[in-house]
Amino acid sequence: MLRFRSLATAGCCALAWLLAPVSPATAQNEVKSVTLDTVKKRGQLICGVDTGIPGYAFQDSKGEWQGLDIAYCRALADAIFGSPDKVKYIGTTSKVRFSVLQSGEIDVLIRDSEHTFIRNTQLGLDEPAVNFFTAQTFMVKKSLNVAHTKDLNGATICLLTGTTLETNIADYNRANNIKINTLLFDKSEEAFAAADAGRCDGYTDDGGSVAAARSTMKKPDDWMFLPETIGGLQPLGSFTRQGDEAWTRLVKWVHYAMVAGEVFGVSKSNVEQMKAAIKDPDARRMLGLEGDFGKLLGVDNDWAYRILKDIGNYGENYDATFGDKGGLGLPRALNNTYQHGGMMYTPSWK
Amino acid sequence: MVRRPSPRARAAQWLLLAIVVAVAWYLGSQAAANIARRHATFGFVFLFENTNFDIPFRLIPWSVGDTYGRALLVCVLNTLLVAAMSIVAATLLGLLVGVMRLSANWLVRNIALGFIELVRNTPQLVQIIFWYVAVLQTLPGPRQSITLPAGTLLNVRGIYLPSFAPGGGADVLWPLALAVLLATPFVWRLRWRGLPLGSRSLLVSLLSVLLFAGGIDHIDYPALRGFNIAGGIQVVPELVALWAGLTIYAAAFIAEIVRAAILSVHKGQREAALSLGLKPRQVLSKIILPQALRVMIPPMTSQYLNIIKSSSLGAAVAYPELFQIFAGTVLQQTARELETMFLLMAIFLAINLATSALMNWYNHRVALVER
Repeated sequence: MLRFRSLATAGCCALAWLLAPVSPATAQNEVKSVTLDTVKKRGQLICGVDTGIPGYAFQDSKGEWQGLDIAYCRALADAIFGSPDKVKYIGTTSKVRFSVLQSGEIDVLIRDSEHTFIRNTQLGLDEPAVNFFTAQTFMVKKSLNVAHTKDLNGATICLLTGTTLETNIADYNRANNIKINTLLFDKSEEAFAAADAGRCDGYTDDGGSVAAARSTMKKPDDWMFLPETIGGLQPLGSFTRQGDEAWTRLVKWVHYAMVAGEVFGVSKSNVEQMKAAIKDPDARRMLGLEGDFGKLLGVDNDWAYRILKDIGNYGENYDATFGDKGGLGLPRALNNTYQHGGMMYTPSWK
Repeated sequence: MVRRPSPRARAAQWLLLAIVVAVAWYLGSQAAANIARRHATFGFVFLFENTNFDIPFRLIPWSVGDTYGRALLVCVLNTLLVAAMSIVAATLLGLLVGVMRLSANWLVRNIALGFIELVRNTPQLVQIIFWYVAVLQTLPGPRQSITLPAGTLLNVRGIYLPSFAPGGGADVLWPLALAVLLATPFVWRLRWRGLPLGSRSLLVSLLSVLLFAGGIDHIDYPALRGFNIAGGIQVVPELVALWAGLTIYAAAFIAEIVRAAILSVHKGQREAALSLGLKPRQVLSKIILPQALRVMIPPMTSQYLNIIKSSSLGAAVAYPELFQIFAGTVLQQTARELETMFLLMAIFLAINLATSALMNWYNHRVALVER
């Protein structure tokens, strides 16, 4: 009896030893992500976006979602499903956005939200990629004759509640010993209306949102941006829940693929020719011509090629939303690629 | 004989209790697990930490850097202010419209009917935003303020009333004036040589006014200075819009309560009063309304509770009440979601329970004494 038992144990051990070398190999190739599995099973990506702000995310007259953040949701869906339309958008206010993500109601939050320390630590969120660099900007009526932010002493500024903007103004007031009054709104529509009606002397938000706000004013030309920004650089980007590294990686590399497209000169219009002709090994690996890069992310190897074909590279999407084509006319500045003095870069595809 | 519940009924009650406890335990453990999963803690110590945001409208002094606890007090007062203003105004307006609704005059009756139907059948949030965006924001800017009588200014930033600047003796005289004013109703009931003082007690009110006037140094008129109007008291449009939205919406419901209550008084009462020679106004104020009041109070209580709860709609028009600041700014800055929501619910619950206790006490007082 005893002999049989030890024999069986030995047999099992031998079997396990035989099988052992196989399992690490599969683990290496198999991407384990709860979120990705859920998304695939559902057949749809649920993307948390802004409730409506030109440039980032808004619904056009036909009810279609447009904007830079929307392009990212579409790119992510394209990478997973091969179709950029398999996305459900959930408009989230600045108040609830992180709770909605934490509770798992959305898969990813791409909602002009600033990457901060507290959000990364206390809120337990990952900050995979920055898709828009900006800084808190003030917009005032030209007729007020204000040239610098410091001249706003005693003025009232409209802004959205539950944001870093409030803290920045409080800090700025303290540092300069002045008093800029605030009026806090829940949604941008009412805040824009109040600014336009003259309830406040100005409006403040990140540079992109202020440009969007100006485009909704009755007479956009009456408004000017103050050259000085406060609160330092605001990196806006995507958020994911902590504890799902594979999903965070995918969100991160979708961004890098879009930037890399621009860096390598691959755009919506030339992606087919480039796929056939491109020699740069980094670009070839990104486009799935060499290596197994898609598989390592949990998608197929054509993912980046599809994103560039269907959605385009970062620069194209910027132009279509914040640039001249989008009607906001916001210069690229920090959002240009590093080759042109901006901060958009891609790690190397090796 | 006291009837005892049957064993089966008892078992059912114990079962129900067990289910309730189980559900509560499940929800509690879920919350605890969620907190643990997010590496968060649960506690209210943050109320003693310092804030880094401004509250645009407040009744008591506030500055950036005060504690979250102080912010809570500021917000509770803001909520109570708009709720109290709305309850008083909605009661008066509702009473008026309710009586108008029963008027013999066709026009008066139908104006009241139109008002009620229009207000009752549109969403309250839409009404509040309507008052804010479509009415108050069409007013001119601060540099083109409309001048109203007595140095009052009106513009898109609100109504600016002249205020009384306190003089040297105001610290003593003003509280004294308030005390004297509050004493007036008691003096009214006092008797002098067997006769009630009655309207002669208004002399006491006059004394209060004189005391108040004695404390005034000068009148502070609002005037344009820099970006804004300075001086005087500013009544911000956010407060006015929320007040109007809450008042008018509730008034429509109160009007119907008043109408139903008046109709519930038997018509014989009215006929008897008229045949005794009372004038129609006296019939209303002395015979009908006192009897209708008894019927009115319980449904009125729930209207008042609705007003208090709906004050959280102020977040839509930038009125810094409890919900806007605590579920918005504080929640974001401290990341204490459970705590802030718990606080909000507890405070609203406390305010509403207190209101309803007060109303029940009043109801008990005016109720028919049954023998």
